Amino acid sequence: MTSNMTNAMASIRHPPTASGLNYNPCAPRNLWNRAMNLLVALFALMAVLPLVVVIGYVLYKGGGAITPAVFTELPPAPGLSEPMGMGNAIIGTAMVTGGAALVAVPVGVGGGIYLAEVARKGSFAQSIRFGVNVLAGVPSIICGLFIYALVVNTRVLWGESFSAMAGSLALAVLMLPTIVKTTDEGLKLVPQELRMGSLGIGASRFVTITRVVAPAAVSPIATGVVLAIARAAGETAPLIFTALFSPFWPDWSSGGGLLAPTATMSVQIYNFGIMPFEPQVQLAWAASFILVVMILAANLLARWLARFSAS
Amino acid sequence: MFTHKKPPWTEKLVDRAFIHMTSVLASVVSLTVLGIFFTVGFQAVFQGDVSSLLPWHQDSIWQGIAAWNDEETFGVRWGAVPHFGLGFLANSSWNPVRNDYGALTPIYGTLMTSALALLLAVPLGVGTAVFLTEDFLPQKLRAVIGFIVELLAAIPSVVLGLWAVAMLNRFLAVFTPLYAHLGWLPFFSTEPGGPNLAMASLILVVMLLPIITAVSRDSLNQVPMELRQGAYAVGATRWTSIFQVLIPAAISGIVGGAMLALGRALGETMAVTMIIGNSTNLSTSWFSPSSTIASLLANQFGEADDIQVSALYYAALVLMILTFLVNVCAQVIVKRLALKYD
Repeated sequence: MTSNMTNAMASIRHPPTASGLNYNPCAPRNLWNRAMNLLVALFALMAVLPLVVVIGYVLYKGGGAITPAVFTELPPAPGLSEPMGMGNAIIGTAMVTGGAALVAVPVGVGGGIYLAEVARKGSFAQSIRFGVNVLAGVPSIICGLFIYALVVNTRVLWGESFSAMAGSLALAVLMLPTIVKTTDEGLKLVPQELRMGSLGIGASRFVTITRVVAPAAVSPIATGVVLAIARAAGETAPLIFTALFSPFWPDWSSGGGLLAPTATMSVQIYNFGIMPFEPQVQLAWAASFILVVMILAANLLARWLARFSAS
Repeated sequence: MFTHKKPPWTEKLVDRAFIHMTSVLASVVSLTVLGIFFTVGFQAVFQGDVSSLLPWHQDSIWQGIAAWNDEETFGVRWGAVPHFGLGFLANSSWNPVRNDYGALTPIYGTLMTSALALLLAVPLGVGTAVFLTEDFLPQKLRAVIGFIVELLAAIPSVVLGLWAVAMLNRFLAVFTPLYAHLGWLPFFSTEPGGPNLAMASLILVVMLLPIITAVSRDSLNQVPMELRQGAYAVGATRWTSIFQVLIPAAISGIVGGAMLALGRALGETMAVTMIIGNSTNLSTSWFSPSSTIASLLANQFGEADDIQVSALYYAALVLMILTFLVNVCAQVIVKRLALKYD
């Protein structure tokens, strides 16, 4: 009798799995559940790990190679270890990326304004959106080949072949889709009431777009531009056949340095990183350090800019 | 009291000019795309530079085409497409001495590295995305991890390549046991001793992860809460609801992200060039040096001349068509499979 009672009570406390309402840690589905939890946690760890390892290694190796001379001297001749600098590549990256931004930002923002404000749904706008997506998918080395065939090989730019300007054009092709897309998306987020209000009190379309709509979307657009420039600064493939490389300071006499072959940090990493000379490899790490720090800074800046649109 | 004031004529002019200007700027994008296809195609069909298209150029190709029936086709120097035809895609020799070119090795290398990388990166990326959208960790920590993964996408590929070169020996130590024990498989049949195809795929995995994770996370986040609540309400466990409800609902974004990543992998140049070994000999082994189309371009374009340049442009054309098809498929899939929750 009592044993029956305890049995019954036990079965109430630990009911059989089929009809139980309590969590059974040994049920196959719960085991499976926990195994999968563990697995995705592992996956997430594996996804984060390379970044930590790469950044850590670059900061460790590159940070050690950074000296004041890096910013003021030229790279050494192969086999020598003096002078240890890459001032020319730093100036070159600034020149080439700056030139690319000068071309790509007006064109990209203008194109984005057209897509978002002028022709939202027409077939022409759709074909341009398709073009933007295709251009975003074009491999970066093909941008380089395109500008090589169009500008470098034909010597269109005042008879010069490889030049910083050609490099800028190649990077501009690469930046263009990003800027058009972010401008388009950013402008779409601006509430329709702003446009109606502005047009309703008699402002022209030009004034509406430039004074009312664009200022309201300036934060997402700026975010996109900053990220596009940061990405372009680290691009190598479009530059190896356009801006080429140079172990010297920019030749200021040829178009203010813009019409001569120009060293950039990214191409320097490629050229020096696979050389058998230790000083060159050191400089490649120093350049990686500067690029990575710059890109991290640009990403933080973009986050900071994005905060304005949220508030 | 209220008088209708006609706007000055300049206002309308400025308006018109502005609208036209933006439409011109927008068409620059499309013109660039067409220009890229045209230029690469032109260089693959003809030797010589693009300026020979101009009728008044001294080597204008139009003269040559006009004189097509003559004994000599002066002016026209035909390039790789007429020379090699479609056999270019099936020929594995790349011989600058005999001017015999075929792109089978780089095409195989491109497809193999991308496939391997995708095979590893899709489960990792989707798993990470699930981890970041479920409530395993507090919201703040998840946002930080998401930001870290996005930063990974911003690291220049040449820096990843430099890192891979520095780490090569450690990875070789991992590959060697695979060769020792599984050497009878054709994929592991050569001894790993330097830059190789497997290394290139691993670096591609690192580059693809953030793309797949970001796109999958966005589409998982867009699945409405009601679907998840419904699954839990009928007694599904967390993983039943993830596999049966959430992932099917977000599949368009996940597949689209994977296709985008594939497009990136096919065209990725610098990191791959630095670590794949740039050999133009065909080998099935993942541990032997190989090349991709992009690495072939980066490696040989600088020193090439005449028909070799044209052959490289032909290879570039193949790469462009591949990435174009993949990207268009990605867009179509995203549109077709997208479930609308409005």
